[in-house]
Parts: sequence; structure tokens; C-alpha cells
Amino acid sequence: MMADSLSMPARKSTALNMRSLPLLLLRLRAYLALALLVVLFSSIAPSFLSARNLVIVTEQVAVFAILGIGMTFVILAAGIDLSVGAVAGLAAMVAGYLITEGLRLPWLGVSAFFSIPVVCILSLALGTLVGAVNGWFITRLKVTPFIMTLGMLYMARGAAQLVSGGATYGDLTGQAELNNSGFLLLGTARLLSVPVSIWLMILLTLVAVYISRKTVFGRQVFAIGGNERTAELSGVRVSRVKIGTYAISGFCAALAGLIIASRLGAANPAIATSYELNAIAVVVLGGASLFGGVGTIGGTIIGAFVLGVLSNGMVLVGISDFWQTVITGAVIVLAVVVDQLQRRVEKSSAERQAKAQEDRGTPSTTA
Amino acid sequence: MNAHSPALTLAMRLRQIRKVYQGTTALKGVDFDVVHGKVNVLIGENGAGKSTLMKILAGIEQPTSGQMFAGEQALTLNSPREAMARGIGIVHQELNLCPNLSVAENMFIGKERRTRFGRVLHGEQRQLAHATLQRMGQDIDVDALVQDLSIGKRQIVEIAKVLVSDVRVLILDEPTSSLSEAEVGILFSLITDLKRQGVSIIYISHRLDELIEIGDHFTVLRDGHLVGTGVRDAVTVDWLVERMIGSQMNTQLRTGTDPAVHQLAPVVLRVCDLEVASDQGSLLLNKVSFSVRRGEIVAFYGLMGAGRTELFETLIGLRHAIGGRIEINGQTLPLAQDIAGRIRAGIALVPEDRQKLGLVASASVRDNLLLANLTRYSRADGLARQPMDDDVARMIRELHIKAEHADVAISSLSGGNQQKVVVGKNLLTEPHVLLLDEPTRGIDIKARRELFEVLDSLAKNGLTILYASSDLTEIIGGADRALVMCQGRITANLTRQQLDEPTLVGWSQVSRKDSTALAPTEKETA
Repeated sequence: MMADSLSMPARKSTALNMRSLPLLLLRLRAYLALALLVVLFSSIAPSFLSARNLVIVTEQVAVFAILGIGMTFVILAAGIDLSVGAVAGLAAMVAGYLITEGLRLPWLGVSAFFSIPVVCILSLALGTLVGAVNGWFITRLKVTPFIMTLGMLYMARGAAQLVSGGATYGDLTGQAELNNSGFLLLGTARLLSVPVSIWLMILLTLVAVYISRKTVFGRQVFAIGGNERTAELSGVRVSRVKIGTYAISGFCAALAGLIIASRLGAANPAIATSYELNAIAVVVLGGASLFGGVGTIGGTIIGAFVLGVLSNGMVLVGISDFWQTVITGAVIVLAVVVDQLQRRVEKSSAERQAKAQEDRGTPSTTA
Repeated sequence: MNAHSPALTLAMRLRQIRKVYQGTTALKGVDFDVVHGKVNVLIGENGAGKSTLMKILAGIEQPTSGQMFAGEQALTLNSPREAMARGIGIVHQELNLCPNLSVAENMFIGKERRTRFGRVLHGEQRQLAHATLQRMGQDIDVDALVQDLSIGKRQIVEIAKVLVSDVRVLILDEPTSSLSEAEVGILFSLITDLKRQGVSIIYISHRLDELIEIGDHFTVLRDGHLVGTGVRDAVTVDWLVERMIGSQMNTQLRTGTDPAVHQLAPVVLRVCDLEVASDQGSLLLNKVSFSVRRGEIVAFYGLMGAGRTELFETLIGLRHAIGGRIEINGQTLPLAQDIAGRIRAGIALVPEDRQKLGLVASASVRDNLLLANLTRYSRADGLARQPMDDDVARMIRELHIKAEHADVAISSLSGGNQQKVVVGKNLLTEPHVLLLDEPTRGIDIKARRELFEVLDSLAKNGLTILYASSDLTEIIGGADRALVMCQGRITANLTRQQLDEPTLVGWSQVSRKDSTALAPTEKETA
């Protein structure tokens, strides 16, 4: 009798289809926050909703979103990448160098100039490689992600300065006779009256959503973030997948760097300084857990919009620069606090449900 | 010795497998046959080497020496992937699932159904997952997140995860430890099915009656050696117990103290109706009551998951009870008290996982000893050196810690001496009650005896000692009194004279048949 009462009844799977309102609100908080901000700013400053301003906001968002997409993969696999800002700067400088000076070949005494697509491909390849190097050191040589990518932040930023000796490439227009004009289109051209950079963000988002949800690689990223040991014991090539996440992050960083340089029409070594923090903030605002395994690309995009709308709106409304920084920081902390709150509410309602089921004496599921 | 008739086909043969870990040898030349299409039972006490052997078979660990054969072909397995490719699947003792993924996704981690371009065929996976669960007679939603399932269901998913691929050798490492009776029935009929399909099964469990019921071929390991093999019908529970324990009767770790001495001593720790719930809402401890007198050494015996660790964690304040009472020297402690509070109240814990929870591996012997007690030496001008030096020297002397110097790294000490340092650290907090969870894990017999000598002298000086162990000889040889736990309850209270293997093993078993026979327990020795 004693032992029987102890053999705990197997509960019916408690798929938490919580329809309780507070929980629903908590789950949709990123969307609610975004909607709230839009309503707030447009009521105070009507110019906020003008097509012109919305394009400006979205262009700004695009850079954060692209960095954030790469960062999402890394964070989903329970890693972190502090080097993305520096990698963006490096990619911008390499593009600037290739356009302005060409690739100098000292032993031939000539410089080779490349067409713009080739320049972009080379810069993106470099970013991807830097990311892969991060991943390689982290997985094979067991350097912790924080330290490795912090080191890479310094190295990439230093390399960006070395490219030009610290100088700015002030004009990236290129020369028609060298067949390397057109770089500026990336940041300025419009397709169907929407800037190319926004199209790139949309395209990258779609691809990233597909990768994260539909591909083996994407699901293994989630598995690693959820329980790395399990993934390993199940035959997932954990190192390879993790290197992949850092490579993606490096690629996204380089793309962001190119967009920024193209928009400025210039490349300078300080481009995208401290953008890694924006990228992390965007991912966290999107509801991802820094412990890995939880988060979505869609969430990250919303996070990027929250951050972009917040900073643009605060300018329009006339909040001082200094307060903007304080408020941005507070919003990030608040996002995590609310996230923890959601987890607690979910857990306690799960427990209540389980308890209720036990009290009802749900019989163990027999065949 | 080999009881297998030559007519049997062997799916796999392991020969002279040795596995040396840093400091200990887990397997000392073991032969193991996996008979095709049969349930091959592997049995032994904790630490006998069962799990290590299975990890080698599943490619998770590589043997230090020895050979493996599949049929006539020699075999090396360098990773779980390679083992899986050869149809060897393992269901681990501890749950190995990703809580953030769905049931279907968990079942296909690492072996996703995919197109040539790496797209996951979610639909196909869900279908296969559903079909597998159906075949197992389980009605589990394949889209549910694993974190929303009960432990029992998770265990089922864990088994299903192995079965979705084509296994030829299925290793089940204590698969029933968290299953209800009905679920065990389902598992057994599933095993019968699999046997018929020619799957060879390796089955590890502590539940002896269960093994007799399901097993065809039995292999007993003890202390890294093969000590016996047998076939169905020739094997009884007594035979198994005898083989498992062997003739290690001469392992008196200390001479017990006359119970009459303790009768006069005051009760130091009294626990009444203690109840602790798990995160999932089930009871880890169910109305646990006992009391311990000053200077007693009391052992807690039980199988894995019986609640010993949870009891100690509750006493030290790591877990909080939902009901009951804890008294130290007649004073009731608040149930929600934190660890610092409990230490102040006079409780200290030497945790089970020495490396992870007991020590700061990078620090010196001295720093480890002082760690729990730094505030005591704190002065306005910093930490006072003299009393610290005195305490460190005293502990090294009293506990016979064999270290060249107090400043050597703790990692350079043997396991036994490391454990003494952890004990010393806790003694410096001047506890009334010292809790030790599996105090001799990974420690050889000589060091074990030394540790118990130290405990003996501490007890004689008035310290009350509680220790948990799943090692029978350690319970019988070391305790004045033993409390046996099973599924969160105390099932027996045995004096030193009553201690022997059959009694302890008997009380620790999950009795499926005659549970009303559980009786004389829970009486305080007041």
C-alpha cells in the first residue's frame, strides 16, 4: 500500500496550452512593446509615421537586424560573439581598400582592382572566415566564447586600422575606367522605392527563418543550446555546428559593415564600434535566452525594431542624447526581467496543472 | 565459467576490456558476450563497472585495452555516431533529452530525416515518431515540448528515441528507475517484441525481481571484474546477491559503539514528517521521520533515487521542505532557512560530487580548508594569519591529511585525502551534525578505512555523523545504525547487530507485490 501510493502516476502530457490572459500578454510582449512605442511616438510627433521617417527607421533597423540574425544563431547554441562590430569595421575597410587602392601585388609592382560584386564577395568571405576562426578556437582549443570573441574584437579592430594605417577611405564611388563603381548602390539604391539594404534584411530574415526551422543544421543548433551533451551523445557533430554559427555571425557582420560603408560613401576604421552590444541587446529583446536553446529569428527582428523605433522616436520627441542612452539600457534590463517573470508564471501554472491532475487522480496511461 | 552453450549466436563479444581513469581502474579485464536476440542482463553494485562497460559498447568511451568483436569482425568504436551506424543504441540512465525541443525532434536529434539539401522532413519525422510511440503503446503527443512531460514520459521518449532507428543491439541502463508499474509492463512487452525481431538487448537494473523476470543471460560484475555468468532458470535472486556482494565480510571499517552509550546521550537531530516535492510536483521525500543522538554514526542506505541525497540537501537548506519539522538540539529550524543559516545552526554537508561541489580544484589545501569559515578570521586589517595557520595545521594533524605542505594544490592529493580536506573544511564551521553523501566514492579500500577511523574519533568526541551510501559493505562496516530508504520513505531502522546484506537489500527494493509487509520502521530509537 505504501509503495503503491508512491509509484507516481504518469501524468498526461501537460502541453501548456495556457489561455490565461496574463500569460498570453507576457508571451506577446515584444509585439505589444513595439505597438505601444509606435502609438506613443506617433501621437507626440506626427512626423514619426511619415513614409520618409519610416524608411529611415527601417534602414537603421536593417543593420541591427542583420547583426542580430547572426548573433541569434550563436546565442541559440549557447555561445556569444563580441567581435561582430569589429568584424563589420574590418569588412568595410577591406572593401574600401580594394575599391580605392586595389590589391597591391608588390612583387609585380601593380595593383589589382576588382569589380564591386567581387569586392563584396571577398569582404563577406573574410567576415565568414573570421567567424569560423572564432568557432574553431572555441570548439577545438576550448577557449571560452567570451574570451575568444573579445580577443577577436581587438584583433579585427586593429586589423581594420592596419589596412589604411588608421586613415579613412573618404570616397568609395570607384572609377568607371577601373570597372569598380557602384558600391554606393548597396546603401542608396532603391527597388520599388524601398532601399536595397531593407530588401537585404528581408531576404536574410527569410533565409534565416528557413535555416533555423527547417534545416538539420538549424535544429541541431537548438538541440545544442538545449542540452549540448545530449546532442553530442545523439551523434550531432557539435563542434562543426558551433563553428557554423560563428561563421554565420561573421558573414552577417561583414554584410552589415558593407551596408554602413556604402551608406556613408566612406570607410573608416571606427565603423560599427560597440555594435556587438546592440546585436546582443536586439537578440535579448527578442526573447532569446543567453543560456541557449530558446529564441527565434522573428523575435530578433522585432527586437531590432523595438530598439530602432525607440532611438528614432526619442530623437523626434526631443529627449536628450544622454537620457536616450539611459532609457535604452533600462529597456534592455526590463526585457530580461519580464522574461524571467514569464518563466516563473509558466512554471507555476504548469505545477498547478500537474497538481490538479494528480488530485483528480488521473490514471497512469496504460495501453 | 562460461555457461553459454556453443549453439548460441553472439551479436557481440568483448574480450579483456580494461578501462583506466585518472586514479582508478573501472574495468579490470572483463569478458562480455551479447547473445543474439536475448535479454542480456548486466548486474553489479554501484561502481562495479557496468555503466563504463556500456559506454564503451556505445562508443562514448574508448577502452584502455581489450578487443571488441561484432560477429567475427574486430571492431573499434570511436564515437557514439560510429556505434549508432552499427546499430548499437543506448538508453542512458540519466535523461538525455533537449527540454526545449518537441518529442519528435528529440527522437531524431543527430539522425534527422532530411532532403539532399539538408532540409528536415518534419512531417516524416512526426509520422515515424508517432508510429514508434504507437508501437510502444504510448499515447504521447509528438509535438509536445519535452519540458512539459512527466519524468516517466520522458523516459519513454528516451527509449523511443533509440527505437526510431534500426537498432540491432539495444542497451537499457536502468530504464525502469522512474517508470510506474504500468509503464514497466509496457516496456517488458516491448522487449519481448524486440527479441522476436532479433534485437539483442542488454539490460541493466538494480531491481532484482525484475531482472529474474525479464533476463535470459546474466553477467555479474564486481569491482571491475567479471564474477559470474548464468542463464535463465538457473539464476535466482539469492545467487545474484551472493555474486554481487561476494565474500567481503571482513570489511569492518570501524568497531561500532555500544548502543547503550547512545541511549543516554541527548537527541541532537530530530526530523518529523519531512516532505519535499520535486519541480514536477511529485514527492521526493514522503513523511520522513527519524532522530539521531549525540555521537552516533548513522548510515542511510538505498538505491539511486531513494531520496538519500534529497534528504541531505534538505537538511543543509539546498532544498526546502513543504512540510514537517527539523530540530537541532531541541530547537526547531525554519523550513525556509538558507544554507548559511543551517550552517550557523550546526549542520554541515560533505556533498556527493567532491570535484564539482566539494572542492575548489584550482586552490591549495589551505585555501580549501578555510573556505567555509573566512568570516571567523576577518579582522579590521584583513584576515588574521595566525588563527588560520593554527586551524589548518590542526586539521591536517587530526584528519591525517597526507599533503607535503598546506600550500600544495588540492588536485595533487589522492581522492581519500581530498575527501578529508572537504571534511576538514566542514569541521572548521564547528557543526553538531556532519552529513556525508557517498563519502567514499572513488576512494580505495585503504583510504576508506582511514576516513572511517577519522569519523569514529570525531564521533567519540561528540560529533553526530550521518552518511549516505549505496555500498553495502560500507554501511555494514561503518555504521552504529542504518536507516534504509526506498522511494522517498524510510523503510527500516536497523541496529548494527541487525545489519547484513539480505536485510538491507530487501528493505531497499521497490516491492511490487507485498508492500504491506513494510513494517517495523519509522520508530524513533528514543
